[in-house]
Amino acid sequence: MATKKKNMRNTLDTQSIFELSKPGRRAARLPACDVPESSIDKLLPSEMLADGPPALPELSEPAIVRHFINLSTLNMSVDTHFYPLGSCTMKYNPKRNERAAAMPGLADLHPYQSEDTLQGMLQILFELQETLQEISGLAACSLQPAAGAHGELTALLVAAAYFGDLGERRTKVLVPDNAHGTNPASAAMAGFDSITVKTTADGFVDLDDLDAKLDDQVAVFMITNPSTLGLFEPNMRAVADKVHAGGGLIYLDGANMNAILGISRPGDFGADMQHYNPHKTFSGPHGGGGPGAGPICVTEKLAPYLPVPVVVRERSEVGGERPGNTNAVSESSASFRYRLDFDQPKTIGRVRAFFGNVGVLLRAYAYIRTHGPDGLRRISENAVLNANYLLSRVTHILPVPQGNRCMHEFVASASTLKRDKDIAAMDIAKRLLDFGYHAPTVYFPLTVPEAIMIEPTETESKETLDAFTEVLFRITEEDADLLHDAPHTTAISRPDEVRAARQPVLTYRAE
Amino acid sequence: MSPEDLLFAKTHEWVAVAEENGAKVATLGLSAFAIEALTDLVYIDLPAVGRQVEAEQPFCEVESVKAVSDIYSPVEGEVIAVNDALPDALEILGSDPYGAGWIAKIKITDEAGLSNLMDHAAYQEQCK
Repeated sequence: MATKKKNMRNTLDTQSIFELSKPGRRAARLPACDVPESSIDKLLPSEMLADGPPALPELSEPAIVRHFINLSTLNMSVDTHFYPLGSCTMKYNPKRNERAAAMPGLADLHPYQSEDTLQGMLQILFELQETLQEISGLAACSLQPAAGAHGELTALLVAAAYFGDLGERRTKVLVPDNAHGTNPASAAMAGFDSITVKTTADGFVDLDDLDAKLDDQVAVFMITNPSTLGLFEPNMRAVADKVHAGGGLIYLDGANMNAILGISRPGDFGADMQHYNPHKTFSGPHGGGGPGAGPICVTEKLAPYLPVPVVVRERSEVGGERPGNTNAVSESSASFRYRLDFDQPKTIGRVRAFFGNVGVLLRAYAYIRTHGPDGLRRISENAVLNANYLLSRVTHILPVPQGNRCMHEFVASASTLKRDKDIAAMDIAKRLLDFGYHAPTVYFPLTVPEAIMIEPTETESKETLDAFTEVLFRITEEDADLLHDAPHTTAISRPDEVRAARQPVLTYRAE
Repeated sequence: MSPEDLLFAKTHEWVAVAEENGAKVATLGLSAFAIEALTDLVYIDLPAVGRQVEAEQPFCEVESVKAVSDIYSPVEGEVIAVNDALPDALEILGSDPYGAGWIAKIKITDEAGLSNLMDHAAYQEQCK
């Protein structure tokens, strides 16, 4: 079955657009020039001119359309396939978000327009700040960071400014050994030394190791809760108390917020700062929909250091002067004016141009307003229910070392299968592609050998989860050799990852 | 070298201590267990010769398709030699971890760290 499908492929669709080029082909022809032509040499100085025209591909319109449509069919996406990519919360991206973000009153704005003509956009951004604060239980918000990791970096710079203001020079950031790799990287970029704190066999923070590493040089403890193992840290309060007792701050990596919306708030369990991933939790597209965002929320004492600008709301004087309206200014939106506030003397400055990447923020806003507070809570309840249902089925196929309950995701291990049948986590991941499932995250976190990290999200049906489990079982019963060469139905089968890392060829050239 | 003649750190380095020109020198590599667990190696970042290293602190790193891992020095001292053949032939680490796969030689200035090392039998026990 696999080979047949492969042989039916038209090889033209996987050639690069440069290989498809034929001199003289055009998708459009311009009318004859009706003004006198000037030589380019007379219009621009010679040192500004290229040696020749760029080597652009030359194709007819149908060839271009087929090329890109065929390429798009090689893709796996949430719109085409179940995508249980742990830690990435690949939930369905509702199309109504796209419609909202594409409304001309939002999509066609220019950031240099006067604020008077941007009031609707600014109101949305202000309300998003307020909503994110409410969900996190924290006092202030910046929508500026352009991605989750950028939010981490921004928050750590905020922390550094806060300690600088206190006259303290703290040098260390603590990170558990199952954290996202972005945590230590952000710490290093912000100028801190990243120190690893161990986790126990159960997957929780090792309090003895935390005690050993806590000192007056610790600025921030970065914790992902629920963790990358899909577990809620039972010692969260103790961890926060220990860090706070030493004067340090708690940073919550918000990657896993999809498990706790409306159920528990990071600000209530000890976090001083957190980021959100709108493309995960709030159903923005992962790439393809434009640049990302990583809004952060912080406590009151850290608010003065947030990047500028923040969106502020003020009572509008014109509101009360409307004809026939002699009453006090009403609470309706018409009585408020929104503006970008740059007057924050202690700010760390700008981290992004203009308002941040509003495209994905608008989608997050549309999603949050669509569901409302009760709806958001139900999202998390269903995400946790789906993950536990899938765990209860998968655990009969692949052991789940950290127990039989989870939050929004769980980490199974292929180590027994590797030992007994030479089937590794990577082989299972690759083979799943042949069955039309995107591969789960593998080999992360490193604390679980042969890790397979599965996050179904709330948007999948029981039928999808059952079908996935059956395929997973079937794969583990297959011949190891078949799996070692998988996938068999994709345009490219098994890339040589070792050679790619040792001798990367970064520019493709047609043979 | 036979692993039975070597000392091992909790962090999976092996060490052989010998006298060289009147100084104690530790030759260091990674255990066969560690190489196996790292799977396919893609890169090693060797330390500069002359670098001062502290006991139980990372001083170079090795990268596999799975992860980047620190390599710790069990002793305080100075790097006096590194195995320049490794970056272009990382497979040596797997094929001969206790011989041609040595990583660095450190002239020991404080050997206190040696007392924290295990013999091969105790290390094998840790890896179970």
